[in-house]
Amino acid sequence: MQLTTIWFALIAVLWIGYFVLEGFDFGVGMLLPVLGRSDRERRAMINTIGPVWDGNEVWVLVAGGATFAAFPEWYATLFSGFYLALFLILVGLIIRGVAFEFRSKRPGSAWRGRWDAAIFLGSLLPALLWGVAFANIVRGVPIDAHHQFTGDLFTLLNPYGLLGGLTLLTLFLTHGAFFLALKTTGDLRTRANALAGRLGLLAAVVAVVFLVWTQAIRGTEVTLVLAALAAVALVGALLANRAGREGWAFVGTALTIVLAVASLFVGLFPNVMPSTTDAAYSLTTTNAASSAYTLTIMTWVAAIFTPIVLVYQGWTYWVFRRRISVDQIPADSSH
Amino acid sequence: MSPLDLSRWQFGITTVYHFLFVPLTIGLAFLVAGLQTAWVRSGNERYLRLTRFYGELFLINFALGVVTGIVQEFQFGMNWSAYSRFVGDIFGAPLAIEGLLAFFLESTFLGLWIFGWDRLPRLVHLATIWIAAIGTALSAFFILAANAWMQHPVGYQLDTAAGRAVQTDFLAVITNPVATITFPHTIVAAFLTAGAFMAAVALWRLWRHPDRDADAFRTAARVGAVTVLVAAVLVVVTGDQQGKVMTTVQPMKMAAAEALYQTEQPASFSIFTIGSLDGRTELFSIRIPDLLSFLATGNLNGRVEGINDLQSQYQATYGPGDYVPYVPVTYWSFRLMIGTGALAALGALWMLWALRKRDLPIGRWVLAVSVVLPLLPLAANSLGWIFTEMGRQPWIVFGLMTTQAGVSPGTSTAEVLISVVGFTLLYGVLAVIEVGLLLRRIRGGLPDTASPGAGDELGRPAAFSY
Repeated sequence: MQLTTIWFALIAVLWIGYFVLEGFDFGVGMLLPVLGRSDRERRAMINTIGPVWDGNEVWVLVAGGATFAAFPEWYATLFSGFYLALFLILVGLIIRGVAFEFRSKRPGSAWRGRWDAAIFLGSLLPALLWGVAFANIVRGVPIDAHHQFTGDLFTLLNPYGLLGGLTLLTLFLTHGAFFLALKTTGDLRTRANALAGRLGLLAAVVAVVFLVWTQAIRGTEVTLVLAALAAVALVGALLANRAGREGWAFVGTALTIVLAVASLFVGLFPNVMPSTTDAAYSLTTTNAASSAYTLTIMTWVAAIFTPIVLVYQGWTYWVFRRRISVDQIPADSSH
Repeated sequence: MSPLDLSRWQFGITTVYHFLFVPLTIGLAFLVAGLQTAWVRSGNERYLRLTRFYGELFLINFALGVVTGIVQEFQFGMNWSAYSRFVGDIFGAPLAIEGLLAFFLESTFLGLWIFGWDRLPRLVHLATIWIAAIGTALSAFFILAANAWMQHPVGYQLDTAAGRAVQTDFLAVITNPVATITFPHTIVAAFLTAGAFMAAVALWRLWRHPDRDADAFRTAARVGAVTVLVAAVLVVVTGDQQGKVMTTVQPMKMAAAEALYQTEQPASFSIFTIGSLDGRTELFSIRIPDLLSFLATGNLNGRVEGINDLQSQYQATYGPGDYVPYVPVTYWSFRLMIGTGALAALGALWMLWALRKRDLPIGRWVLAVSVVLPLLPLAANSLGWIFTEMGRQPWIVFGLMTTQAGVSPGTSTAEVLISVVGFTLLYGVLAVIEVGLLLRRIRGGLPDTASPGAGDELGRPAAFSY
């Protein structure tokens, strides 16, 4: 296999890892005002993702850095082109990250309410906008002969792009609700379970329409199989949830995200950013790539260190495997 | 303003802001790890309480360092896409490696540290803060290696057909002499910053509440002050080496640091100068003879090339153009960096003297030192960073690409205006909140919790959880 193909696959893996991991903590963030009825409930919800959200977020930094290193043209065109969308994502990630750390450092409902709003918005904006961005990458955007994006923010807000945003949003909501059902106890767990079922149905409808549309734009046999498997995984997740098997339900939405995003990347290949202006201007795995020397170095680095990262990140999830009960949150709100 | 000017302002604002938090994070991570080690080894509860007190301050600061760091990685592509296309083959690798090797370590092990007090065995838990600290230092190395390539490109070939620089020697890139000297200089400056912070907070506690936990805070004040002094010596040693590397690879930057227009042998160093506004004419100056020669070459009689000679040399090499950085900024940032750093060391020295007896000398001095001391290294760090980046101008990659040529060609003024205003406002608000929270925690004093694991049978989250 060519180095450029390996790196295309690695970048797909990094984005998939990001969406599977940060997907559930975005979901938890968006569900905060919906499922968290009291400060203690909201605090319990935040503590389910407390030890892991920051590590999850690093996946996007590595995806961005790896795109810069392996496909500089892709990185440059995408990041300069999708300027305002990325600015809004950054604002969301900033207020959200700070909110997790700062929220419980002071008592007071006004203080905490503002940070809860920051967590909600800071989870919703990136979830929606990453979906919009990826749908547009797949669909193609106006790119000129110099690999320059020639549209603006509104170019991205087309029906297919918005549907992509909605798909990721509803998938993350479902994924997050399953995670909460898996990690909490009592009333909160019951409500998360019930809500997950309803959200899952919504996500299934939106995702199926989006994947069928995608199939019409960039479909191949492989993307069809992957998309169909993604749908099966989502149905399986809903059935598991109904049976009260939250672990399997969570695995189900994780698989749904893996398969759906994989189908997008497979559909994209060998392009990385198709141009709607002229197919000849499209960025591909070869014309956007770094030199073979750099890709070789990076392959070694990735081959050695990625398994180590996976082991210790996996260990974190093992250490914090226990459910969190609202009763464990001290009634006194400040510590 | 053009997208170029706005993008430069945005990069300056977001980078200097980010770099307020980073050195404190790096230094405090190690100091907190040291305090926790002292607790694990001695069993003395004083160290545990100090660990948790400074640990919380560290985390409040860390949060802002992390979130503002994401902006840094994105804006190369967002605002400097032409630069990104040109350097990606070389510059992208250290950035990606920084994420894979350092960010994952920091974030994962810090999560384990924050939430793991009652989940992990004591020694494993101690290891998590050390690993997180090492992660912060690794991160500094890779980002400085990337920056060093902009100051002094090595290990590359120009691919003129593709219009980009292509990496030929990765080892040369990460052992760039600029990187290998800038890294220790930055790390010891981080220790100086964190030492000053730790000492000043302890001093304020001793001044405000002399009867509460005085023994613990005297320890913290001494540890902090000694850290500052040791770090200050090392900052001077590494800075001296760095100056010599800089003179070799970027002589214009050294000339601009002194506003030295004519080549001199020997060259004097001016402590203070009043010049015309463009910095070209000197009206009044206090000078130390031969010092610049020594800083630049290690020889009191060394020859230091002036701006005018270098400008003609650069014109001969790179074609017509103005290759002189904005001298007033380089001149003053260089001096004030040294001056504020030296003042911090003096403050620490005074503290050690003041703490030699049981009772603190009462007076406004104590308060003044505790307020000003932590700000001095922050100023020195910012000024050093501003100096090294402004001193590289007009280049974005020295000798290969100008800053002007690196900006994103398709990004509109409106877009950049929205982001520069948005980030500035958001960062301003967050700074106020962060300082408020830090002061609140400092006023709260040492936590009372005898054991952080209290209540683990109930599975209660530790006091450090969100």
